[in-house]
Amino acid sequence: MNPRRRTFLKAGAVAVAGFGAFPFVPRTRARIAGGMAGPDAGLGHRFRDGGFPEPSATESTNVLVVGGGIAGLATGRELDRLGRRDWKLLELENELGGNASSGRNAVSEFPWGAHYVPLPGPEAPEVTTLFEELGVIVGRDPRGLPVYREEYLCHDPQERLFVDGRWQEGIVPHFGIGARERLRIEAFLARMGELRSARGNDGKPLFAVPADRSSRDPAWLALDREGFVSPELRWYVDYCCRDDFGAASDRVAAWAGLHYFAARRGSAANAPGHAVVTWPAGNGWIAGRLRGGAGERCVPRTAAFRVTETDGGAEVWAWHAGAARTVRHRARHVVLAVPQFVAARMLGPDGAAGGRASGVYSPWMVANVTLRSMPPGRGAPPAWDNVLRESRSLGYVMATHQSLDAVPRATVLTYYQPLDEGLPAESRRVASGRGWESWRDQILADLGPSHPGIADLVERIDVRVWGHGMICPVPGWLWDGRRGALAKPRGRVHFAHSDLGGMSLFEEACVQGVRAARDVVARWEGKIDA
Amino acid sequence: MTDRSTRLLLLASVFVIATCGLVYELVAGTLASYLLGDSVLQFSTVIGVYLSAMGVGSWLSGFVSRGEARLFVRVQFLVGVVGGSSSALLFVLFAHAASFRVLLYGLILVVGILVGLEIPLLLRILKDRLEFKDLVARVFTFDYIGALLASLLFPLVLVPHLGLVRSSFLFGILNVAVGLLTLRVLGDGGRWSASMRVVGLVLLALLGGGFAASGRILAWSEQSTFSDPVIFARSSPYQRIVLTRAAGDLRLHLNGNLQFSSRDEYRYHEALVHPGLARFPRAREVLVLGGGDGLAVREILRHDNVRHVVLVDLDPEMTRLFRSQELLVRLNGGSLDSPRVTVVNADAFSWIEGATNRFDFAVVDFPDPSNYSLGKLYTTAFYERLGRVLAPGAAFVVQSTSPLVARRAFWCVDETLRASGFVTEPYHVYVPSFGEWGYVLASREPVPFRFHLPPGLRFLDPETTAGLFRFPPDMDRVPTEPNRLNNQSLVRYFEEDWAKVATTP
Repeated sequence: MNPRRRTFLKAGAVAVAGFGAFPFVPRTRARIAGGMAGPDAGLGHRFRDGGFPEPSATESTNVLVVGGGIAGLATGRELDRLGRRDWKLLELENELGGNASSGRNAVSEFPWGAHYVPLPGPEAPEVTTLFEELGVIVGRDPRGLPVYREEYLCHDPQERLFVDGRWQEGIVPHFGIGARERLRIEAFLARMGELRSARGNDGKPLFAVPADRSSRDPAWLALDREGFVSPELRWYVDYCCRDDFGAASDRVAAWAGLHYFAARRGSAANAPGHAVVTWPAGNGWIAGRLRGGAGERCVPRTAAFRVTETDGGAEVWAWHAGAARTVRHRARHVVLAVPQFVAARMLGPDGAAGGRASGVYSPWMVANVTLRSMPPGRGAPPAWDNVLRESRSLGYVMATHQSLDAVPRATVLTYYQPLDEGLPAESRRVASGRGWESWRDQILADLGPSHPGIADLVERIDVRVWGHGMICPVPGWLWDGRRGALAKPRGRVHFAHSDLGGMSLFEEACVQGVRAARDVVARWEGKIDA
Repeated sequence: MTDRSTRLLLLASVFVIATCGLVYELVAGTLASYLLGDSVLQFSTVIGVYLSAMGVGSWLSGFVSRGEARLFVRVQFLVGVVGGSSSALLFVLFAHAASFRVLLYGLILVVGILVGLEIPLLLRILKDRLEFKDLVARVFTFDYIGALLASLLFPLVLVPHLGLVRSSFLFGILNVAVGLLTLRVLGDGGRWSASMRVVGLVLLALLGGGFAASGRILAWSEQSTFSDPVIFARSSPYQRIVLTRAAGDLRLHLNGNLQFSSRDEYRYHEALVHPGLARFPRAREVLVLGGGDGLAVREILRHDNVRHVVLVDLDPEMTRLFRSQELLVRLNGGSLDSPRVTVVNADAFSWIEGATNRFDFAVVDFPDPSNYSLGKLYTTAFYERLGRVLAPGAAFVVQSTSPLVARRAFWCVDETLRASGFVTEPYHVYVPSFGEWGYVLASREPVPFRFHLPPGLRFLDPETTAGLFRFPPDMDRVPTEPNRLNNQSLVRYFEEDWAKVATTP
């Protein structure tokens, strides 16, 4: 529509609204559909509180994977690659993918959690291999650099920031801040650039993805915060930490904070090293591809609740919600691809030993907001990642950004908010008590200043609260030795989850899954003694 | 008031209403030829209808037996309102009315009849104050001098300085003012006069409001966006389609951007199609992406070797318009209804993905890369997909904006095609309504430099065609980044380059 005409119509709408302004707003909101989506709370709570019946059937498989997130799916895929196709995967939810799960409606697919992967660096060959097999990497240029499928590289414009009443391009603050602030930010980014290429006394990069492949140089592991002072920089660093860890920089380890900036060493023939790959469904696209390869071996809506070692294997008791019965799964090997606090519960009385239940998990709220048309806004045009400077949310990602349609129309915004105002347990409790209307109103109020009139364009808002969204690398978690010990198998029970890598990243989950599968096979072949 | 001054005032009002009457006629005639074209026909019919309506008005005055003064005041008010708002109404309704002519001639009839009533009524009002010979002499003197004034004011002052809409409102105000003056001079001071004064003042306020809001009204009718009169405007779900026309020049604008001018589009379209297609005398299957106006297809169909053309345009409204609107069908020669042509309404990117055809030649005629959505249609990703629907040895041509104004943007398209693995041959042409315009011909292997031009071209001959491929230094290649989905370098070049010039295409 012609902008002038829109102004005209808007003037008309204002005039009309003058007659009934008061009931106007609530009616707009009442029109918006949606609800709380996501985790099967009934099944989840039943798992926590116990109360599943005794097994009434028995099934056998060579390898049983518990948990259908990226770690579990990657375990299954690696087992296939190693020629061990006799495995089964149990997942609590109806949809697989875990943090990488996604949804879809008439407008678009959209992520429910993780939504991109940075170009994998030399320390994550598992991810590179996966990307080659999935067609994300389509070839190599003469220098040997991977050529990424262009449609999957995040399209330009990638980021914008709403600050001082208008959108600016990029999210590093640069608009309307003093020269000194800008210099400080530049100094910080330059320093991060140095750290990115620096190596420790063991010859390994200071910061790597996965974190375990970083240098163990004690001088760096003991790292504390350097004296970077600038409110704008603090905001930016906090934003980044909340983005990756669900908690601001004052709560995460300095090492983890620096890791965010200094660990990405990806490269591509047709994109800069800091590029990312993404899809309308976010990492749900990868989960979907992995799920497709797994086929019938994935069993959804199944709550594994007891894991015990047996002679020559392990046994898992699982409640199959569909069949309404408990099945005793006998396997030669079990891979627990679940968060450690869940694994601790499955393992029974001594499951929490070694601090398995001691990790801190950040709660999140993710909402998918479906709009009739692109939201209007002042300044830079819509980007993939749209960040609000004055907000507790992280802003939103536009699910239709990767669409190739020439004329964008309806869209879905995936809105992210780490619930980090209080301690995780407290935030989790408060969030679980909040109704959909309360989230709806908060989201509309948060998006209002950057997108005047957005409420009129919203068709539906679907909200999902992740009580334990992601492991938070609080000081100590990464390098106090706990993780390494927890990742070691207990007999025939193996562990694979991003929290064991230290950070809730796709690459960590993928590498963990591949490692567990290789472990299982090595043990099977007797290369490693039980 | 003395009888003499009353007489003078009434004669002055003859002068004013004569001017007003002619101005309305001129407004209607101008609007009709603006909006409908063919000014000789429009002016003749408008004058004819208007004059005969005046005759009807004069004839109707014979049925008035008393109360001439009151009727005269009423007529003044009515003429003021209808005539004064006529051009605003016509502009606003043109793009929306189903049968514009009915509206146009209806308005002309109403205004003509009312104006026709004025002079006979005034003659009768003045008949007791003047000798018959003086009466006739003076009234008609003022009438004709008023007409002269109008005919000079209209083209020299009103249209250039006020515009049609504001001029009409101004003369509507004058008509109502004459009515109010008459009321004052001849009124009886009774209740009727008082209430009519109120009516007159309200009308004055309304017309004054219209005069002040002319800019707004025009903006709404989109007229002010375009220098020429809008003859068609419609919003499809994808774009705003506007046709303008002035003095036989038909122009298509999509979202405010000029797509072609009927005066020189043959230069653009001949240059778009033939320098490439004329080098493939055996091409049978041709693809056109964009170009829903059917003008590129018109040029393609000149090649008898072409058996089949597939036109993919996103907007069904566009192809429907260029199949059904008489003026437009005349322009594209009915190309979209040719049995050799298949029209597909789809998004080019996704259509190519699913296409199984293999084309010997393709014409890529998308709107300029002025935003990120359109920029995707100029990326390496797009050209690589396009390459998959081309037969071995085929070529395609891409309209690539102006190498003079948007030099980096133009060479960026060339660079992008090279980065996608094509051999390129950039060329350019001068199109008066666009300026210097550029195209890039791309193929997997070099194409022989021989042109088998079809007969009937107005612009291209073999020598001219060969000359298009030479670039003078001010348009010559500059280094650029290829345009990819993940950098959209082209949109940035395009924006920066065009921002340097005051006007956009």
